[in-house]
Amino acid sequence: MNKKSLFYLAKRDALPWHKTWLIRGVAIVLALIFCSLITMLLTGLNPVQVFSTIFYGAFGTARKTWVTAQNLAILLGISLAITPAFKMRFWNIGAEGQVLIGCLACAACMITLEGKVSSGLMVVISLAASLLAGAVWGFLPAFFKANWETNETLFTLMMNYIATQLAAYFIIVWEVPKGSGKIGIINQSSEAGWLPVIGGQKYLLLILVVAVLTGLMFIYLQYSKHGYEIAVVGESHRTASYAGIKVNRVIIRTMVLSGAICGLVGFLLVSGTEHTLTTTLVGGRGFTAVMVSWLAKFNPIGMIFTSLLLVFLQRGATEISSVFGLNHSFADILTGIILFFIIGSDFFTNYEIHYQRSGKEGK
Amino acid sequence: MFDIVSFIPRAVMQGIPLLFGSTGEILTEKSGNLNLGIPGVMYVGAISGVIGSFFYEQSMGGAPLNGFLAIAIPMVCSLLGSLLMGLLYCFLTVTLRANQNVTGLAMTTFGVGFGNFFGGSLIKLAGSDVPSVALPATSAFFSKHLPFAGNLGWFGKVFLDYGFLAYLAVIIALLCSYVLNRTRAGLHLRSVGESPATADAAGINVTRHKYLATCIGSMIAGLGGLYYVMDYACGVWSNNAFGDRGWLAIALVIFTIWRPNISILASILFGGLYILYLYIPTGTHMEVKELYKMLPYVITLVVLIIVSLRKKRENQPPASLGLSYFREDR
Amino acid sequence: MEAVKNAVRMENITKRFGTKVVANNAVNLELHEGEILSLLGENGSGKTTLMNMLSGIYHPDEGQIYIHDKPVTISSPKDAFDNGIGMIHQHFKLVDVFTATENIILGLNEDGKLDLKKASQKVRDICNKYGFDIKPDQKIYDMSVSQKQTVEIVKVLYRGADILILDEPTAVLTPQETDKLFQIMRNMQKDGKSLIIITHKLHEVLEVSDRVAILRKGEYVGDVVTKNADQQSLTDMMVGRRVSLNIDRPAPVNPQPRLTVEHLTVYDDLGVKRLSDVSFTANSGEILGIAGVAGSGQRELLEAIAGLYPVAEGAINFYDPNVDYSDPANKPKSLVGMDPMSIRKAGVAMSFVPEDRLGMGLVGTMGMTGNMMLRSWRKGKGLFVSRKEPEALAKRIWEELEVVTPSTSFPVRRMSGGNVQKVLVGREIAQEPAVLMTAYAVRGLDINTSYTIYNLLSEQKMKGRAVIYVGEDLDVLLELCDRILVLCGGQVSGVVDARTTDKRQVGVLMTRVGGGEADE
Repeated sequence: MNKKSLFYLAKRDALPWHKTWLIRGVAIVLALIFCSLITMLLTGLNPVQVFSTIFYGAFGTARKTWVTAQNLAILLGISLAITPAFKMRFWNIGAEGQVLIGCLACAACMITLEGKVSSGLMVVISLAASLLAGAVWGFLPAFFKANWETNETLFTLMMNYIATQLAAYFIIVWEVPKGSGKIGIINQSSEAGWLPVIGGQKYLLLILVVAVLTGLMFIYLQYSKHGYEIAVVGESHRTASYAGIKVNRVIIRTMVLSGAICGLVGFLLVSGTEHTLTTTLVGGRGFTAVMVSWLAKFNPIGMIFTSLLLVFLQRGATEISSVFGLNHSFADILTGIILFFIIGSDFFTNYEIHYQRSGKEGK
Repeated sequence: MFDIVSFIPRAVMQGIPLLFGSTGEILTEKSGNLNLGIPGVMYVGAISGVIGSFFYEQSMGGAPLNGFLAIAIPMVCSLLGSLLMGLLYCFLTVTLRANQNVTGLAMTTFGVGFGNFFGGSLIKLAGSDVPSVALPATSAFFSKHLPFAGNLGWFGKVFLDYGFLAYLAVIIALLCSYVLNRTRAGLHLRSVGESPATADAAGINVTRHKYLATCIGSMIAGLGGLYYVMDYACGVWSNNAFGDRGWLAIALVIFTIWRPNISILASILFGGLYILYLYIPTGTHMEVKELYKMLPYVITLVVLIIVSLRKKRENQPPASLGLSYFREDR
Repeated sequence: MEAVKNAVRMENITKRFGTKVVANNAVNLELHEGEILSLLGENGSGKTTLMNMLSGIYHPDEGQIYIHDKPVTISSPKDAFDNGIGMIHQHFKLVDVFTATENIILGLNEDGKLDLKKASQKVRDICNKYGFDIKPDQKIYDMSVSQKQTVEIVKVLYRGADILILDEPTAVLTPQETDKLFQIMRNMQKDGKSLIIITHKLHEVLEVSDRVAILRKGEYVGDVVTKNADQQSLTDMMVGRRVSLNIDRPAPVNPQPRLTVEHLTVYDDLGVKRLSDVSFTANSGEILGIAGVAGSGQRELLEAIAGLYPVAEGAINFYDPNVDYSDPANKPKSLVGMDPMSIRKAGVAMSFVPEDRLGMGLVGTMGMTGNMMLRSWRKGKGLFVSRKEPEALAKRIWEELEVVTPSTSFPVRRMSGGNVQKVLVGREIAQEPAVLMTAYAVRGLDINTSYTIYNLLSEQKMKGRAVIYVGEDLDVLLELCDRILVLCGGQVSGVVDARTTDKRQVGVLMTRVGGGEADE
C-alpha cells in the first residue's frame, strides 16, 4: 500500500479548452499515423496514398460527398438526441432502440394509412407517431431511474433489443412479397408519406433539418432554463435541490426529449431517405453516437467535428477496403483504434503525473 | 408435439456461449468494471481461435490433425486474443481511468470489426465459394462427445451429448461461484467492486484485483465465442453469425443477479427462449417467432425492475460498478 | 508506586499541511499502559491529525513516536497494526452488503482457506469477552450506527491491537449507547488494553477517562488526572483566554421577529432523531449565533428551514418585513412542508450559505455568472435564462468583494477557498434577504477573508436583516453575535446574550446533554 513509486498522480483542475483540444489533436494525429501504418501493412500503399484514398472515399465525387453528408447528418442527429441526457449524467445507451422504434412507428403509419389519407397528412401523422414512440422509449428508463434508481445503462440496453424484435415482428407482418422477410420500399409507386425532395437533392432536407437541430440543441443547452437545469442536475443533485430544481422531473423530461429526438431521426431515416424498415437500419449508430457526444464533451458544435471524423474515417476505410478487396469491417477497426487513442488521451487532461524526487510519501 | 428430448440439447448448445459470456462478465463486474466490450471480446475470442486452427489445418495440408494440437492451438489463440482485449479495457479504464461505458462500446465496435475483418480475410484466403470458413477437422475434436452417449436414450441425449467445452463452461461457472463466495480472494474481489476505498484501507490492492478479474473474465467470455464457432456452428465461421449473443450474455448477468451458478440454468433457459420459436407451432404466423426472441430481454428487464423496486441489498449491482477509483478522491 | 510504563510516547510531533497550516506543533503526548486517556480540544485543534499519525494515515514532519518505549516509524495502517495500534475512525470503512465477520476479516491473509465459521466463532468470542452486542452473520446495512461502530472496534481487536484510538465515538451514539460503549471501554482496560478517546464532550471525559490531555490550536496545553479536574478547569484549558478580535458590533435597532421556529423535530433517513423540540426566534437587525460541537444538529436545523430536510413535527414561520403583523388579519407564512422552489415562489426572502460550498451552494464547473444563476435562473423571459443580470451581479461581486479570478466564466472549483466563499456569500446577500442563514461561513478561510465575511454580516444586520450564524470558533461567536443559541445533541441547551456571557458558560452548555435554561 505504501510502496514508494517514482511517480504519483494528482487530479488536474479543468484545463483551458485549447489545451484540452491540443491533447486531443495530438492523440488523433497519433491514431491516424497508427492507422495508416496498419493500412500500409495490409495494402502496401504509402501513407500519402492511404490518406488520399480515404479522402477520395469520403469526398471524391459529388455522390460520395452527399452520402458522407447523409451519414454525418444521421450520426450527428442521434448524437444530439442523447446529449441532454448525457449532460445530466444519465447513461442512455439506448439510442439504437429509440431511433429504431421511431423508424417502426413511421413505417407503421406509412403502411397502414396508405390510400386513407393524403401524403402530406401522412407525413405529419408519421412524424407525430415517431416522436411519441421515441419519447416512450426514453420515458420508461427515466421513470424507473428517477423513482427507484434502476440502473439506466442496463435498462436502455435491454430496450434496444425489445425495439429490434418488435421491428422484426412487424417486418414479417408487413413483408412484401410474402415469405421474403423484407418490407421493400414502402409506397414505392405512390410515394405516399415520403418527405419531399428539395433542391433536387435527396439528402438535402435531412441535412438541413439536422443543421437546424444542431443550432437549436446548442441554444437549448446553452441558453434555456431547461439547459441550465440539466447542467446543474448533472453536477450535483444536492445543489439542484438547493436551487429549487425538481431533480426527478428534470430527469424524466430530459429523457422524454432525448427519446423524441431519436424518434425524429428515425422518422427522417424512414420517411426521408430509406423508405423502408429493416432491423439494422440504425446500424450501431446509436452506440457510436454515445462516443461522438462524449468525445465532444457534450458540445453540439464540437459534435459536428467528432461525428465528421468518425464518418470520414468510416467512408474512407470502406473505400480502401473495396479498392483493395479488404473486408468492409476494416472501417470498424480503424474507428476502434481512433477511439482508443482519444479515450486514452483524456487521462492527460484530467490528471497530471508528478515526478517524485525524494522518498516523501505520495500522498 | 413438443419434443423435449431434442429441445433441451439445443437449448443447452444455445446457452453455453451465453454461460461463458455471463460468467466472464459477472467476474468482471464483481470488480466494479462494467465491461460493455464483452460482445467484442467474444468475437475476438472466436476469430482468434479460428485463425489459429485455420493456419494449423493449412499447415497440415490435409493430413490428419494431432488431437492435442487441434484443440490446444485454437484454445491458446482464443485465450490470448481475449486476454489482450481485457488488458486493453483495464489499461484504459483502470490505469487511465477512462469512462467505462465509452471504452466498452468502443471495444465492441473494434472487436466485432476485428472478427469480421479477419473472418472476411480468411474467407478470401480460403478461396471458398460461400462466405464462410469451414474448419470441420478441428471442429470434430471440439464437438467430440462420449462415445456411448447415443446408447443411453434420452438421458444420454440430454446430459452427455455435448463437446468438452460445454462441460468446461459449467465447471468454470461453478468454480467462479465457489471462488466468489467461499474464498478469501473472492471476498477481497467483491469488496473492491462494492467499495474500493474500504478495500484499499484494508490493504487490498484495488488495481491488481480489477486487472485480474477483468482479464480472466474476458478470457472466459472469449471461450464462449470459441465454443460457438467450433462446436455449435460445426467449425464454420461466417461474418456476423455470432450476432447479439454478447449483449444477451450481459442481460444474463442482470437476470441471474450476479450469480454464476444460477447462470448455468438461466443460460439454458435463455438458450431455450432463443430457439423456442422453432418448437412452437405458429402455423402461418411466422412473425410470432420474433416476439418469442424478445422474451429474454423482456424477462431481464422485468428482473431489473423488480430488483430495484425490492431494494434487497444483496441483489443490487456491485455498488461501485461503472466508476473508476482514484485514491485521492475519498 | 511503581513506575508507569508508556504504551505510546509521541515526542515533539509537528505536522504541517502545505506551507501555512500547522496542524500540530511540537506536541508531546504519553499514553500509559492500561489507561484510558481523553484527548480533549475544540474543533480544529489538531486532535484527529495527531492520532492519524499513530494510525499510519499521516506521517509526522518532525518528531519521534515510541511504542512500548521502542522508537518506531509508522508509515501505513499496516505498520500501525503491526505495532498493535488500531484506530476507529468517525467515518466507518465497511462494505454494506457484507456480514460483520466478512468485514472484520477483510484484507487479512491468514493461513489456510477461508473459514467463515471459525472466524465467526472468534468474533463471537471477542464479543463475549468484552460485552459487544453484534451478530457475526448480520449484514452491515441491517445495523444501527452503534453496531457498525462495534464492528469497527471488533475489527481492530480481531487484529490483536492492544492500543485503541477512538475518534469521537460518541458523536453518533445515543446516551444509552454511549453508556454501553464506556462499559466496553472499561472492560477492555481491565483486559490490559490502552485506550485513547478523542472527544470534546466534557462530561464524557470526566466519566470514562483516567487522564485528560488537552490540545488547543495544534499545541499541547497539558494534562490532568481526571479525578483532579472538573468541567470548569477543563473548559478553561480547552478554550484558553478570551482573544479580542475587534469585530464591530453595533447594538440591534428595533428588533422584530423574522423567523420563528417552534418545537422542531426531525429524523434522518435511518430514523435517528437529529433535532428534538427546537424553538427560537431570529430577529431583524440582529445576528443570532448558533454554537455547538460538530454534528449537534446545526446542518439539519438550517436545511429544515430552507426546505431541504423533512420536518417531522413543529412549526417554522416567516414574517415578511413589509407586512404589518400588528394587524391580526396578517398571519406569518408557514415554511413547513415547502421545498426551496415553493419557498421562493411564496415570496419568502431568505438566503442560505450552506456548509458544503461546492457540493450544495455552488456548481463547481461553472463560472461566477453561472453560479449567480442558481438564484435567478427562473426569472428569464419565456424559455430562456437571462444572463445579463447574473453577469452584472457577478461583475459587481467580483469588484466589491475583490474576488481573485481571471473572469466571470472561470470555474469556481478552481478558485481558492476564500474566493469561493466570497462568491457564495456575495450571491446570497445580493438577494436582499429578510433572513440570512450561514453555516460555518469562515471555515478554512484566511484571516483577511474571514474579516471580510464578518463585516458583510454586520452590514446585513445594520440593514435590518435577521442573520443566523452557525459557527465553531467561540471567540468569534462571542464578538460577532448579539445572541447565541447553543445546541447540544439536537436540543437547545440554552440561549445566551453574547455581550454578557463568556466562553466558559457557552462551553459548558455545548457539552451538556439535556438542555434547560442557562444557569448563573
